[in-house]
Amino acid sequence: MLDRYGIVAIFALLAVIFPAIPLLLSLVIRPKKPNQSKKATYECGLEFEDFPEEAQNVWVQFRVQYYLFALIFVVFDIEVVYLYPWAVAYNTLGPFALVEMIVFLGILILALAYAWRNGLLEWT
Amino acid sequence: MLTSQFLTYVAFFVLSAIALIGAFLAVTLRNLVRAALGLILSFMGVAGIYFVLEAEFVAIVQVIIYIGAISVLILFAIMLTRGLMTSAASTQNSQWIGAAFVGMLMFAVLFFVAITTNWPLAQPHTISDLIPRLGADLVTTYLLPFEAVSLLLLAALIGAIVIARE
Amino acid sequence: MDILNNLFTNIYNAINAFLNGLLGGAGLRPDAASAIVAAIMGLIVGTVVLLFGVGVVLTLIWLERKVAARVQDRVGPNRVGPFGMLQPVADTIKMFIKEDIVPTNADGLVHLLAPVIALAPAVLAFVVVPFGQGMQPADLNIVVLWVVSVSSIGTVGLFMAGYGSNNKFALLGGMRAVAQAISYEIPQVLTIVPIILLAGSMSLVQIVQKQSTLWYVFVLPVGLIGFVVYYISALAEVNRTPFDQPEGESEIVAGHHTEYSGMKFGLFYLAEYFNFFIVCTIATTLFLGGWQGPFLPSWLWFLIKTYALILLGMWIRMTLPRFRVDQLMKFAWQVLVPISLINIVLTGILLMFFKVG
Repeated sequence: MLDRYGIVAIFALLAVIFPAIPLLLSLVIRPKKPNQSKKATYECGLEFEDFPEEAQNVWVQFRVQYYLFALIFVVFDIEVVYLYPWAVAYNTLGPFALVEMIVFLGILILALAYAWRNGLLEWT
Repeated sequence: MLTSQFLTYVAFFVLSAIALIGAFLAVTLRNLVRAALGLILSFMGVAGIYFVLEAEFVAIVQVIIYIGAISVLILFAIMLTRGLMTSAASTQNSQWIGAAFVGMLMFAVLFFVAITTNWPLAQPHTISDLIPRLGADLVTTYLLPFEAVSLLLLAALIGAIVIARE
Repeated sequence: MDILNNLFTNIYNAINAFLNGLLGGAGLRPDAASAIVAAIMGLIVGTVVLLFGVGVVLTLIWLERKVAARVQDRVGPNRVGPFGMLQPVADTIKMFIKEDIVPTNADGLVHLLAPVIALAPAVLAFVVVPFGQGMQPADLNIVVLWVVSVSSIGTVGLFMAGYGSNNKFALLGGMRAVAQAISYEIPQVLTIVPIILLAGSMSLVQIVQKQSTLWYVFVLPVGLIGFVVYYISALAEVNRTPFDQPEGESEIVAGHHTEYSGMKFGLFYLAEYFNFFIVCTIATTLFLGGWQGPFLPSWLWFLIKTYALILLGMWIRMTLPRFRVDQLMKFAWQVLVPISLINIVLTGILLMFFKVG
């Protein structure tokens, strides 16, 4: 266990340290002269404060498509997880394994077809 | 104690701490997006614990499904709502005492079961042959559940789409 | 030839033996001593790989500018160092000395953590890359899935950047980045399945060894289809033009890193090139035979193939205009996903009749 995952743990440690080093180093040498305009939220060519009240609220209500795509994604992600062990073992299994997988995939292709027919794969 | 055992314990406690801190943040933070990020931290800790337990495949699945997919779903669901960034809703309602009691009871039961059960210990094995075996089992012993999963996924997708389009 | 081929493994073994000798004589318990040696070796390998990665990124930035200049009939950077090769170094220094501006309205903590979360998975992905014969930091059994799973953590970093900046453009960019990443992750992982079917293993090392006679890209037609689908979805996964809607500068300023400056922006930049390099190394390993090749040392072959793919990516970037968002999502779900599903079935059927490798 340790011999293989020890190095992964060390890389995980490095993954945190590695971004921290340049951030800390630049903390020492960079200037710090903030002012109102600099710290304002970016808007094309305008002072953010000049905006009407409702435009200053940056929270956007996103369209439902994002959520639907995420739903389809979850389904296919789970499917992929089942495909991988099957693929590894495939060489040792008979033709029956192929048929079973085609049935499994077929049902999911049905799901894709359903989503497609209902126009969910369109970004309108 | 062997050094490797000691290091495994260290890894386990660090990862448990990450998972617990993440879970704590998820339930106490008022900002929903931050709470979701805390949940992701908790998922990461749990995935790490699976790695320590040598359940590589489960660990990877935990990362792919929970961090990669479920948390994205949660984040998108938050983004669908309006104006949550400004309103700091309270994280408690009037039922928190009852909920705390039930939670404690649940914890007590699980704790009791965990320490009194005589757990079967897994035989030492070479990990390399576990995944092919899982794959082979899926299409032989567990064929019916396996095909049922795809039907379940289909039903889940159709149901979710119908509800989401309302 | 053998000396060059085994150069890095020999250096590794020499340092390992030296440390073992040093600590073996120090009177520690043997298992403690070997754990310390393993830890030090891990740190050395990690540091070397990361420094190599940074070096690669510096060359990529230079290469990208030079290629862009050539395509557009310009000269490109030519002032700093020979052929402008030190330009990326100058850029890096500039990043270091730029002020770090955090908007007043931003969520400070999330704003700070976002570039770290975006970069960390790229670092973790390096663990499994087989740079040459016997030159992979760790060969896990689930390597292929490892790459996929860590890249899905990086997506969270982009979302955090979008949310933490508290800026419309950043939020739009972050959301687009996530939507795009999840859409193209599916064809990417589906198209690896035929390779696993062919190799019968998830270990990258074994996949490379199985390709000693025939690269999988030449297993027609499934290998070629898989390679094309993988490469396209990998480009989309790392948000490179023509799939760079998350930072489409003509619509949403700079997308998720609109509000980033100085070194934080530098980390995003670094993560982007790390990811680009990693997907090219994985494509090399899965489809182009990894380190396999005659005459030259294995690691050199690996780099040559990887850089060829990188140049291809740059060429595509300079040639094609950006997709529209709706075309992008449609392309993933209506073209790439069906193709890769059919490809899996096709590979399964072919393997029933032919033996590959």
